[in-house]
Amino acid sequence: MGRLTPIDTTYFKDERAGDFTVIGSAVQRSDARGHVTGRTLFFEDLTPPGLTHVKIHRSTRHHARIDRVDVSGALEVPGVLRVITHEDVPNNWYVVLRLIGVGPDDEPVLAEDRVLYRGEPIVAVVAETEEAAREGAARVVVDYTDLPAVLDVEAALADGAPIIKQAGTNHFVYEGHPCRRIRFGDVERGFAEADRIIEGRYSSSPIEHAPVEPTGCIVVPQGDGRLRIHSNTQAAFFTLDNTALILGVPPTSLRVVGGTVGGGFGGKVDVIVEPLACLAAMLTGRPAKYVYSRAEEMQVSSTRAAEHIHIKDGVMDDGRIVARQVTLYVDAGAYSRHSPYGTTKAAAHMPGPYTIPNVHVDCYCVYTNRTPSSAMRGFGVTIGDFALESHMDHVARELGMDPLRLRLKNAYRDGDMKAHRKIASGTALVEVIQSAADLVGHDLPPEYRAMSSAERPEG
Amino acid sequence: MPSTIVTLKLNGTERELIARPSTTLLSALRDTFGLTGAKRGCAQGGCGSCTVLLDGRPAVSCLIPVVTVDGCAVETVEGLADGDRLDDVQQAFVDHFATQCGFCTPGMIMSATALLNREPAPTRQDVTEAICGNVCRCTGYEPIVTAVLSAAESRRDGAAEGRHDSAAERRHDGAGERHRDAAAPLSGKAAG
Ligand code: FES
Ligand code: FES
Repeated sequence: MGRLTPIDTTYFKDERAGDFTVIGSAVQRSDARGHVTGRTLFFEDLTPPGLTHVKIHRSTRHHARIDRVDVSGALEVPGVLRVITHEDVPNNWYVVLRLIGVGPDDEPVLAEDRVLYRGEPIVAVVAETEEAAREGAARVVVDYTDLPAVLDVEAALADGAPIIKQAGTNHFVYEGHPCRRIRFGDVERGFAEADRIIEGRYSSSPIEHAPVEPTGCIVVPQGDGRLRIHSNTQAAFFTLDNTALILGVPPTSLRVVGGTVGGGFGGKVDVIVEPLACLAAMLTGRPAKYVYSRAEEMQVSSTRAAEHIHIKDGVMDDGRIVARQVTLYVDAGAYSRHSPYGTTKAAAHMPGPYTIPNVHVDCYCVYTNRTPSSAMRGFGVTIGDFALESHMDHVARELGMDPLRLRLKNAYRDGDMKAHRKIASGTALVEVIQSAADLVGHDLPPEYRAMSSAERPEG
Repeated sequence: MPSTIVTLKLNGTERELIARPSTTLLSALRDTFGLTGAKRGCAQGGCGSCTVLLDGRPAVSCLIPVVTVDGCAVETVEGLADGDRLDDVQQAFVDHFATQCGFCTPGMIMSATALLNREPAPTRQDVTEAICGNVCRCTGYEPIVTAVLSAAESRRDGAAEGRHDSAAERRHDGAGERHRDAAAPLSGKAAG
């Protein structure tokens, strides 16, 4: 098959020959034939004999105390084999990031005396059929006392806001700080020296991954006592280790069979279905399936975090940005999941690919009574980029300047000191913008066309 | 209500099953006959991943009680290929990168097949209408539309050359060439 895209080899001509055989050519996916013939095996294509089904009774409140849970109605449904409550979970509290040393454990597998979001799991029902499990879950009765809910990141951090987390703050704590911080130069001095101050506020809503295949797994007890977990997880070993921690069993007693994911986009890296399906299999001695309904996938599974981002720039009339202050709030929802890490990524991504001498960044990972957010394609970075690049356009408009020129002027050059105190190397933003301008026929004056990432022009 | 015996002509073969009134066609295909090509993305008629052909017309099998289609012909993605030889639609999906995660693919291919059976020379608009009930979250649809249009063309070419039965041979040859193409870059022979 011929080359699809011509490759400009001039940038790396000193480093290697441009004799590519794969890059720029079409290479067929190894799994395509299986997909078009229906032979690819997704986890739900397995039907082990004696399969049981798990369905969940979920919170109907955003934030409430649980006064009483009555499971007797569920146990009366024909076909219901047993119910699982938090008392059945060996280590009910967990945080998936424990594996990389992040704490505290802040989420229960099944709610104990409080629910922090609508849709939070309270009781799992295991039954012979999906219908019986669903009916059983519907028959569980929970008495609640509503508590004040916090549904906005900035309201959650305001004085006097109800504290919803056991740890005592509505934000994650980073080494004793309420946020991930970057301090570089002196941003106030930068503002004082600037010709203009240009501010912007940006916000986003939660985004659901909506994979066509819902999140789920089938757990099959093995003859040797181990559990084989057929899962569509995007993170097999992450799932294995977290499930082992929750169940209090050695990781060697579990085996994850995965790798075939019917759309994930980051939505299948939490560890939600496997621990309960394993528990159902352990308690009944039979295979167990726990798969989200479409409604659960849309309403209960983690989303991309909603964010609020405030940017304040000190700018010179010639387009140089001399100071940038960013305050960013990630809405983690009720529980941490991957958000403390996502917020760190957001901080690492600021102030964008621009060399700015004075930078001040505060990134908060905030808890609210909303559906927990977690990983999704470039989480922590994507929404920040939306804000940064929208703001660059805003600054360009305010200055009456071509937005590409504003970016070319401020882009990282090799050798620049970044706000994170790392020397920039291998930078290519200038060349990428020049090529993009060419491709869309955008006229760049010779001065901008002559720029290079290898050196910063005078001034 | 009691269970009843239902007969289906499944990919050309007569098959029977005992079905409860609530058993869906999708569940009969997947759980009774082991034909897991049709997928369950929503179980509520919204995604099209369970699409099969019912007497030649595309249908979302998750919404159909199987007792209501007693005696009908049902075609699934498993019935398309002739052994290892892909049919034109399947081959076009492979060639045009119209499948990524693959979960929507069987349903998408059945909707496309229904279209081409009824309209050998579809317009782009015909194709987008034919697949408008099939959700794909991965590809952005564009490669799928290209694949279906190209499959229509290969089917017409096959028909024009009057090779009814030899369409399968042509596919076979094509698949062989493609196979060599795909393998070549790995052995470094396909430069340029
Ligand atoms: S599973 Fe039938 S339309 Fe979605
Ligand atoms: S290829 Fe993944 S949903 Fe279509």
